[in-house]
Amino acid sequence: MALPAYASPLEKTWHYCYLAICTLIFLFLISPILIIMPLSFNAEPYFTFTEKMLSFDPEGYSMRWYDSLMTFGMQNPEAPRNGHWWSDFWHNAQWMHVAKNSVIIGFFSTLVATVLGTLAALGLARPEMPFRRAIMAILISPMIVPIIITATGLFFFYSKTGLANSYPGIILAHATLGIPFVIITVTATLIGFDQSLIRAAANLGANPRTTFFRVVMPLILPGVISGALFAFVTSFDEVVVVLFVADHTQQTIPRQMWNGIREQISPAILAVATILVIISIALLTTVELLRRRSERLRGVTPR
Amino acid sequence: MTDATASLTTADGKPLKAALAASQARAKRKALMLVAPLFLFVVITFVIPIGQMLFQSIYNPTFSDAAPALDEWFGANPQGTVPDEAAFAALAADLKLMREERTAGAAGTRINYDVAGTRSLFTAAARRADDLAPPYREAILALNEDWGDPMIWRAMRSASSAFTPDFYLAALDMTRDEAGKIVQVEERQRVYKKLFGRTLMLSGLITVLCMLLAFPIAHLLATLPLAKSNILMILVLLPFWTSLLVRSTAWIVLLQQQGVINSALVALGIIDDQGRIAMIYNQAGTIIAMTHILLPFMVLPLYSVMRTIPPSYVRAARSLGASSWTAFRRVYLPQTLPGIAAGALLVFILAVGYYITPALVGGADGQLISNLIAFHMQKSLNWSLAAALAGLLLGGILLLYWLYDRLVGIDKMKLG
Repeated sequence: MALPAYASPLEKTWHYCYLAICTLIFLFLISPILIIMPLSFNAEPYFTFTEKMLSFDPEGYSMRWYDSLMTFGMQNPEAPRNGHWWSDFWHNAQWMHVAKNSVIIGFFSTLVATVLGTLAALGLARPEMPFRRAIMAILISPMIVPIIITATGLFFFYSKTGLANSYPGIILAHATLGIPFVIITVTATLIGFDQSLIRAAANLGANPRTTFFRVVMPLILPGVISGALFAFVTSFDEVVVVLFVADHTQQTIPRQMWNGIREQISPAILAVATILVIISIALLTTVELLRRRSERLRGVTPR
Repeated sequence: MTDATASLTTADGKPLKAALAASQARAKRKALMLVAPLFLFVVITFVIPIGQMLFQSIYNPTFSDAAPALDEWFGANPQGTVPDEAAFAALAADLKLMREERTAGAAGTRINYDVAGTRSLFTAAARRADDLAPPYREAILALNEDWGDPMIWRAMRSASSAFTPDFYLAALDMTRDEAGKIVQVEERQRVYKKLFGRTLMLSGLITVLCMLLAFPIAHLLATLPLAKSNILMILVLLPFWTSLLVRSTAWIVLLQQQGVINSALVALGIIDDQGRIAMIYNQAGTIIAMTHILLPFMVLPLYSVMRTIPPSYVRAARSLGASSWTAFRRVYLPQTLPGIAAGALLVFILAVGYYITPALVGGADGQLISNLIAFHMQKSLNWSLAAALAGLLLGGILLLYWLYDRLVGIDKMKLG
């Protein structure tokens, strides 16, 4: 926002104050996330910048927390780092175990949420859809209902149906939590969707299946993928349901972090956090690129 | 006119009206078929479990199952009847049953929710139930004088029916007196109302803080050219995409007494080493961390509304002689109201039910109602009370959700 030429001195002062305020708010948003990154390389078990770190002395920095992250739970962490060590790491390290769980649960719950969610969004976008508002309200509600209520409900439900402490139970729960995000993103893509394209395709002799895969799908794909990424992140970041309905074998990354934060918080948690931030940066970049591609495909040009 | 429509036919001879209706019904069915799988999925994995949990808040058969004879006596005698020999005989029979089926602990726990300190009364009496002989009144009172307490009989009466509003009463800090009249519990035991009040107050405060912080940056993002605002938008979206636990951890690191901010203040000489400020594990910690976490939910709706406000309106107001403050207040601000309402409602709804962040950074006085539900689920194991608290919370949230749908529309919700 440029300052107009006719601005009075008071307005100029205010304008710069306003920019300064905005800068501070942006700092408030971003600094907590950025500050944990250098701290995870701290050579000391502290949560502040040591003098050595501030003077950029290499001795003040180390990979020790990443190392302790890797070796935690291993049978023989002191062994030379050859093939055996890595195999030990792959099979026994606790963080590796929880990371595998997170990826498995995240993948399958995303699959369920995306397939069902996309179908439903296609139905909801049709003008003939009856009770759209009420159905939409129910499908979005897992995002609105407090997670503790969902977790409590699932705890009772699963203990009766035998789904407690099992992978399918957590996958179903996480899929439910991811569905609202898929619905919202895919519906947003479909708002700009030109329904006459379907009729045009049919007119040109395409059957409904060809129309779907060759015309509809490519256009809504960016929305579907970003919905899927949202669903994956939701599962990847979910801790309360896991806390209530999972046991030791199904622990996920956030569950393990939860333990770490509640019991004895050490800079090793910051190392995990740093890795997670890097993952979210990668996901955010993907979603941004997809959004721009979607806008280009739909012919919506940014002003 | 009607005749003309009726006489129109399609190529294969069907009346047009019927053909159109059939085709519309088919389209409707198709749309429903697409939504049906997900709808069923959500009903089974989400609606039914929550419904079942809410049912627990009004249905608790622990005591009525363990004490059938007492149930019968309460059925035959109205509220206020002084327990006679028949009542004590029923009690003695039930105590024997409890001993056989080992349900004295559970039944005692159920009464204990209502009248504190009565669990041991049941377990001790059941242990000696076989020694009881008529006259039962004297025999049971000889075991423990407390069996004559009208409060216990009142509690047993209300527990003897499996369907009970008692847990909702307890969740609202109410109980029944000896005559069964609903009264408030003692001043120092009133925890839940206070906690509901605190939850509402903190959520309101967090919503206001989010509003104040989101407005300037949303305005900046909306008025900058798109190329620049897209870059700044990343600063809003990155926290949004970052794990909740990471963000809570980051605030612990920043705010704790040996943390970055306190150490910086000490190094700068603003506070001395003894005077480190406690900013986390208390209410302040909850407020700061939750404001940070919920801020993107305020910025995004506000931004999408502000983007659509033509800048020429404010310019027109200025050229008509309004000062910049008047132009802002009378022209710009009213147009942003839909965005403010959408963001504020969303932030408030999310804040009221928050669990993770208060649990991690809230300490003792920064806990919200969700944390108490978790406490009753995991520690005190009073599941019916947890369900009643959850029911009250859910009722409030659904009301706000309905309001959100009315004012904003669920289909207008956007992410990023």
